[in-house]
Amino acid sequence: MSQNSVDTDLLIVGAGPVGLFTVFEAGLLKMRCHLIDALPIPGGQCAEIYPKKPIYDIPGYPSILAGDLIDNLMKQIEPFKPTFTLGERAQALQKLDDGSFMVTSSRGTIIKAKAIAIAAGLGCFEPRKPALENLEKYEDKGVDYIIRDPEVYRNKKVVIAGGGDSALDWTIFLADVAEEVTLVHRRSSFRGAIDSAEKVAVLAGQGRVNLLTDTEAKELNGNGVLKEVILNHKTEGQIKLPADNFIPLFGLSPKLGPIADWELNISKNAIEVDTTDYSTNIPGIYAIGDINTYPGKLKLILCGFHEGTLAVQSAFKYMYPDKKLSFKYTTVQGVNAF
Amino acid sequence: MHFNGLMDEITIHLTDREGELHDIEIPLDIDLNLMEVCKASDLDVDGTCGGMALCASCHMYVESDHELPEPSEDEEIMLDQVLFVEDNSRLGCQIKVTEDIHGLKVRLAHLGSE
Repeated sequence: MSQNSVDTDLLIVGAGPVGLFTVFEAGLLKMRCHLIDALPIPGGQCAEIYPKKPIYDIPGYPSILAGDLIDNLMKQIEPFKPTFTLGERAQALQKLDDGSFMVTSSRGTIIKAKAIAIAAGLGCFEPRKPALENLEKYEDKGVDYIIRDPEVYRNKKVVIAGGGDSALDWTIFLADVAEEVTLVHRRSSFRGAIDSAEKVAVLAGQGRVNLLTDTEAKELNGNGVLKEVILNHKTEGQIKLPADNFIPLFGLSPKLGPIADWELNISKNAIEVDTTDYSTNIPGIYAIGDINTYPGKLKLILCGFHEGTLAVQSAFKYMYPDKKLSFKYTTVQGVNAF
Repeated sequence: MHFNGLMDEITIHLTDREGELHDIEIPLDIDLNLMEVCKASDLDVDGTCGGMALCASCHMYVESDHELPEPSEDEEIMLDQVLFVEDNSRLGCQIKVTEDIHGLKVRLAHLGSE
């Protein structure tokens, strides 16, 4: 889905519910939108953290699952044909002489936009890294936090750490791919998906995976590339395991990330905005949803919808200072697709 | 602290990630949990998921022998995915502030290598 270069009216940083709905409001004003998100799917926290949890305070829905809300929003913005750069972080920002912006992604995609709405929630979701000495030294040299291509591990000795669904699922999957798979878990049992935990236990019984519970990774050793993981078992002490790969899967945690260096006014990991139009200290850049802060701020999806709606009105005036903007109800005007 | 024989405020003792001890007085009449208490006390707790036991940014250790309600399935699943879990690990957002936790001692867990 990634393109090397994109030209759009409004770049929305973050494809969570607020970013998605903003496409709709911008579309009514005939502004085209491009969204960039570090996650590989649209939906932000709703899709990544709690797709199956009900939300009770979306107006008009007594209860809606977060995942369904995202599906509905995707449908609602379809007429305005938004484009997406997914699985890439918005990295560097450059303001151009004509008042427009150029954003470069973590993978080199260049996005030119007349204005920017930052709807980045709590920031980019990045893998939690265990506190191991030498961990960063072996990143991409045996240590991976995300499995992009399982074939990389074919005929390799792999040590997976973690107790959640992804650790269990990848252990099962890689049992057929890798030469040797060891799953290391800090606790004695897995309380995640019972099916997956049972499958891992069966594979362990068959000798197809090594299952080490009550065990933690302590140290990594190697010689330019990873060679060995040193583990500690609660009662039996140190275990040395030869390893080509160490894959800690401890879930994701949000980080403000590169936006912190965009010279925006930031207070406690949130971007300060003017509530007239949710503009930031940089003209042409708006911040909406959980990422912004102002007196009385509430981190609610419904508040983000309002913020995005006002922000695009102002963004229109920023983009087209000479054009008149007349506000129309969708009931009267309908939704005129692109 | 006592009003008509009932408590209207309790105190907990929290050690932050730098090792500093905070004695925090918490009113009982506003239905808080320990994640919210940390945020209200300007401690370094994000409460990312808003108290749904889904992010573990309020991971803490219970260091006194108070008897707390058992963790829910959701909390257990989350604790299985985070770093530095110990037997006394809990998510602050799942610990409700009640009279029963007066004098509770907790310590904030480290979140990762960063």
